[in-house]
Amino acid sequence: MNDDYPATAPAYQEPPAGHVSNSRLERVLRAGRFAVTAELNPPDSADPADVYQAAQPLGEVVDAINSTDASGANCHMSSIGICALLTRAGYGTVYQISCRDRNRIAIQGDVLGAAAMGVSNVLCLTGDGVGVGDQPGARPVFDFDSVSLLRTIRTMRDQGVFLSGRKITRPPRMFLGAAENPCIEPHEWRPERLAKKVRAGAEFIQTNYIYDIPLFEAFMARVRDLGLDEKVYILAGVGPLASAKAARWMRSNVPGIHIPDAVIDRMEQAEKPGAEGKRICVELIQQIRDIKGVAGVHVMAYRREHQVSEIILESGVLKGRAGTGARRSHAHAHAHKPDGPPRGD
Amino acid sequence: MPPARGLERSDAMYRARLFAVRHARAFEWIYHRLEGVMIALDPVFAKIGYNRIERPIALVERGVKGLLFDCRMCGQCVLSSTGMSCPMNCPKQLRNGPCGGVRPGGYCEVKPWMKCVWCEAWEGATRMQGGAKINDVMPPVDRSLEGSSAWLRVSREKAAKLRESRDAAKTAVAMAFPSARKNEPSTAPLAAEPPAAVNRETLR
Repeated sequence: MNDDYPATAPAYQEPPAGHVSNSRLERVLRAGRFAVTAELNPPDSADPADVYQAAQPLGEVVDAINSTDASGANCHMSSIGICALLTRAGYGTVYQISCRDRNRIAIQGDVLGAAAMGVSNVLCLTGDGVGVGDQPGARPVFDFDSVSLLRTIRTMRDQGVFLSGRKITRPPRMFLGAAENPCIEPHEWRPERLAKKVRAGAEFIQTNYIYDIPLFEAFMARVRDLGLDEKVYILAGVGPLASAKAARWMRSNVPGIHIPDAVIDRMEQAEKPGAEGKRICVELIQQIRDIKGVAGVHVMAYRREHQVSEIILESGVLKGRAGTGARRSHAHAHAHKPDGPPRGD
Repeated sequence: MPPARGLERSDAMYRARLFAVRHARAFEWIYHRLEGVMIALDPVFAKIGYNRIERPIALVERGVKGLLFDCRMCGQCVLSSTGMSCPMNCPKQLRNGPCGGVRPGGYCEVKPWMKCVWCEAWEGATRMQGGAKINDVMPPVDRSLEGSSAWLRVSREKAAKLRESRDAAKTAVAMAFPSARKNEPSTAPLAAEPPAAVNRETLR
């Protein structure tokens, strides 16, 4: 490393033996531990402090923080910007890429940029249609789909070439993720679609919200029949509901969310809906943990981030492990300035 | 109940698509025959010149497939791998299966009045002999081939077992998506494209 290399800049690292990346998430999963990830709600702001503030409570209990890419087609701070800030502070991140907003030239470039910033997990998503977002007049791109995107990044990483065949001198060492939505139609084909994503390159899966355990169990049974639980780490998506009203709104306005009536009824009858939503989430995690083939949970607590660490701790899935941001929060929480290169994520 | 629909292509086109999927097995048979003929004609096409016949054949193809499948002439037809449900009719133009936003009853997230193109595709695939091809990982569409004849492309690609290509980009796609190259060679073509088959706007 030469003298003019900035002291605070990340450095390129080869992954440890038996790993494809320097990701803490990958290490935890390969070691057979129950992994925990959570989604960070991106700020509508250009202030890094907002990102660190949102990340701090998550960092204590998760192995990696997902940075969403304009989810629901709503504009927020970019996924890559958030990841760059978080990796500087030593957090493990999952860089979400939606195919909706950028074409193959932009995405392949961003993958290199993210990897250079120390990002070592990527989640390949199709993306919600522009119509549900805050700017429905936007032009949808969808140059890739999530599956061809997976295969492209795997090719970049393992073959060291762009999709154009041009050589990449230092390939992006990314642990490759994809989404699945087990409780949404076509139910009988969802496991087959998962298999396709695995063939395309997926090494971990983060599912959409699971509120329907029987449906998820049926999905997992088929996944095991196909032998997919041996080939890919599946993190089941969960999240606390705020109220019955919010649950109904999500069900009818956010694409791809299935919440059974029984869950909504329970929320309706609760005296303190917020606490009940949290309790339901803890119960779901405990039920999910016992399903064979599940490797972890992914918590998506939209506007309820403050509940995430309690939910994880109450569920008991960490078994005393500390999260990706533990070192930070003990030392000096809410730090705004970078403090040296990421320590291996 | 599908929600109310907005401004869209005609009902007849949508119904034609559903018809094609219901009769995927028959169309598969017809397509197989057609493909055989096109491959056999490769020497003839080559003699006349692929460039010369590109436009007329593409015109016929547009008419026939437009009528039967609501074809959008992507030039890299995968109907035989997608249960005869054209994936270019998916509002997100997904080539590898449904998104996570499918509505109850199998309706489209973006156009709630229509059945999800990929739910239909899987249904069609179960009726076909080569239905398992739906599991192949497809590359992204090459937008410079839009509007060109996929039939002629199949004939060029399949006739010569595996044409050598000096084009690094083409080779890279074929290598990254080997099963697509094998089963649907027009999705990862290696043969040189006749100028008439390449979208003029992207021609250098």
